[in-house]
Amino acid sequence: MAEETTYLIRGAAILGGDAEDLLIRDGVIAARGTNLSETGTETGTADGATVIDAEGLVALPGMVDVHTHLREPGREDAETVETGTRAAALGGFTAVHAMANSTPVADTAGVVEQVYSLGRSAGWVDVRPVGAVTVGLAGEQLAELGAMADSRARVRMFSDDGICVHDPVLMRRALEYVKAFDGVVAQHAQEPRLTAGAQMNEGEVSAVLGLTGWPAVAEESIIARDVLLAQHVGSRLHVCHVSTAGSVEIIRWAKSRGINVTAEVTPHHLLLTDDLVRSYDPVYKVNPPLRTNDDVQALRAALADGTIDVVGTDHAPHPSEHKECEWAQAAMGMTGLETALSVVQHAMIETGLMTWADFARVTSTAPAGIGRLTDQGRPLEKGEPANIVLVDPSARWTVDPSAMATMGRNSPFRGMELPGKVVATFFKGHPTVLDGKLNTPYRYPSEAPVAGAAGAN
Amino acid sequence: MKHLLSTEDLSLANAVRILDTAEEMSSVGEREVKKLPALRGRTVVNLFFEDSTRTRISFEAAAKRLSADVINFAAKGSSVSKGESLKDTAQTLSAMGADAVVIRHWASGAPHRLAATDWIDAAVINAGDGTHEHPTQALLDAFTMRRHWTKLSGLPSTGADLRGMRVAIAGDVLHSRVARSNVWLLRTLGADVTLVAPPTLLPIGVERWPCSISYDMDETLEKGVDAVMMLRVQGERMNASFFPSTREYSRRWGFDDNRLRALDTLGLKDTIIMHPGPMNRGLEISAAAADSPRSTVLAQVKNGVSIRMAALYLLLSGDTREPAATLKESN
Repeated sequence: MAEETTYLIRGAAILGGDAEDLLIRDGVIAARGTNLSETGTETGTADGATVIDAEGLVALPGMVDVHTHLREPGREDAETVETGTRAAALGGFTAVHAMANSTPVADTAGVVEQVYSLGRSAGWVDVRPVGAVTVGLAGEQLAELGAMADSRARVRMFSDDGICVHDPVLMRRALEYVKAFDGVVAQHAQEPRLTAGAQMNEGEVSAVLGLTGWPAVAEESIIARDVLLAQHVGSRLHVCHVSTAGSVEIIRWAKSRGINVTAEVTPHHLLLTDDLVRSYDPVYKVNPPLRTNDDVQALRAALADGTIDVVGTDHAPHPSEHKECEWAQAAMGMTGLETALSVVQHAMIETGLMTWADFARVTSTAPAGIGRLTDQGRPLEKGEPANIVLVDPSARWTVDPSAMATMGRNSPFRGMELPGKVVATFFKGHPTVLDGKLNTPYRYPSEAPVAGAAGAN
Repeated sequence: MKHLLSTEDLSLANAVRILDTAEEMSSVGEREVKKLPALRGRTVVNLFFEDSTRTRISFEAAAKRLSADVINFAAKGSSVSKGESLKDTAQTLSAMGADAVVIRHWASGAPHRLAATDWIDAAVINAGDGTHEHPTQALLDAFTMRRHWTKLSGLPSTGADLRGMRVAIAGDVLHSRVARSNVWLLRTLGADVTLVAPPTLLPIGVERWPCSISYDMDETLEKGVDAVMMLRVQGERMNASFFPSTREYSRRWGFDDNRLRALDTLGLKDTIIMHPGPMNRGLEISAAAADSPRSTVLAQVKNGVSIRMAALYLLLSGDTREPAATLKESN
């Protein structure tokens, strides 16, 4: 029942380069060139196509998030797959990896298939469940990684995110085991003993505020251990939300040794510092914590030079009562899906550190590669899947969390003026976002549209 | 001044104003009828999320001497222990017409949250928050030091600062809100502060504080010091490997009888010994030191009431809500 609508995107700067047209038909890019509507193409003319005037807009491959918390199942008061993926589409994403710390934990084939099905019935983006490394995220025994890999959800990324797989033997075994199905272990690097009760970055600001410190060494020591383990067993390691300058140095060293490691940075760590904690406003409470300006600059440089491979949002919505309280009581986490593009444009492109082509690499090509998503992060060429986002780079907007599609109101960018606006998002050739507003979800051809897909058992 | 949340952002003018007002208040405590009508009809809530009988009764005495109505709200055994949030508690107190909330909380920054949100419109006084600040303690310490310091120089206390005074603060700085509040206030008042502590009990980042750091108590005394403030050490720190044993702590960083004698040997006849209480006699301070004429422990308690009267008076009496009168910024 897929729509047969054809779209002609006219005059978009492909990856920020020269303006060209893109013809979208049957879920793929049918043609790319100039003046397609007048000349026609081998695959047919654009007659009857819905024309989208993209003059002044940049066309990019749909963004892929390696790190999203959709909260469903279990915390539907914080976010659902439906609301979270609406936010993702509005933010320019065509695929998100849903982290495993739901309730129940996504540590079985059943749960990952449930999340996968919820994603398909929502239809806003590709939802790729991340499987837990250990049963219940308890760090004691491996979850059935193979069963999750073989499930309909085809899990390739495994993570106990939120909790570090700190037992070195367990981490070694996980890294070894996922080699069997080309998986990757995404580590939340946090030495637990060094961060007991930690509330914020340990340094000058924590000393003044009297908040228990989360030292950089607690992240760096785990990363150092894990890259050596990955080297030893010849496996693939992904480091979640790198937050310190020291971590960057370790990853740079590991890559120079040929170790198969990839790394991620969040938008908030590219822009915000622990100075904001002086307000004691828990909207700035996040794990790993906001660091110093030196760290921010090191992370930006690392993203630009490829030491850090991808931007991952770590989108973490929370109900308001978990943030309207004392700092120590508050939940950790920030929303990010609807601000990621703007923050990265502001921090990386407008600073001259990156081009839009680089942006496509760190938000689409590389994350799709890490998650082994074959139809995402593809070049915008004829015959490729039509996962495309159109961005107005000259737009400026003021962040208003209450106007967002996510249920979370915990955006640390509240009130900031940021550049860049998603004008349209195409997911499998279907516009999930048009004119900057949510359009309609994509409907998979072989499945009934809504009823029952959520699997109530 | 709308709130009293910290000494870090307390200006010299406002600090001196509080100290001077406290001088006036202290005379009330000398009278037969220890009461002023200044806050009649105003409601002061003591909102305590952490047990502290000493601080609570000090604030209570201060508010009552100013004729305010006092409500004591202890979080333990109340709706708070049943899961009520700080927000709901604050809104409840607001609905009951609290004019000032004196808050003691185990979480650093809780008073800032009350002051920064629209949960409650009352004046907020920080009566100690987590390991962050305890501004009225620092003010009463400064008040005590100022009386001593000005008496030595024969000058009037009112209007004076602490320029030139050498103050050592010794002990568990890492977990101490008293130390933090004192460091900022003593800097503002012009004193020279040295922190003396085992390296494990100093926060990372302390090197940026406006004070000197020493790991050696005896060396600090030998260099000369006008006030030594001993901080309370919690016995449970020992289990977390902050120091090997209480005996070793006491020997290296405690104010014991040998160090009390050393003050005499070193010719430091006017040096005072301070402690915010409650004391661990025999751990951070010996009984002889605590009971010596140098000890200001009881004077601190007494001055605490005056300081808290001054704070409540300045925050709640209408005429002083205006911008601070131009006091001599410096001299």
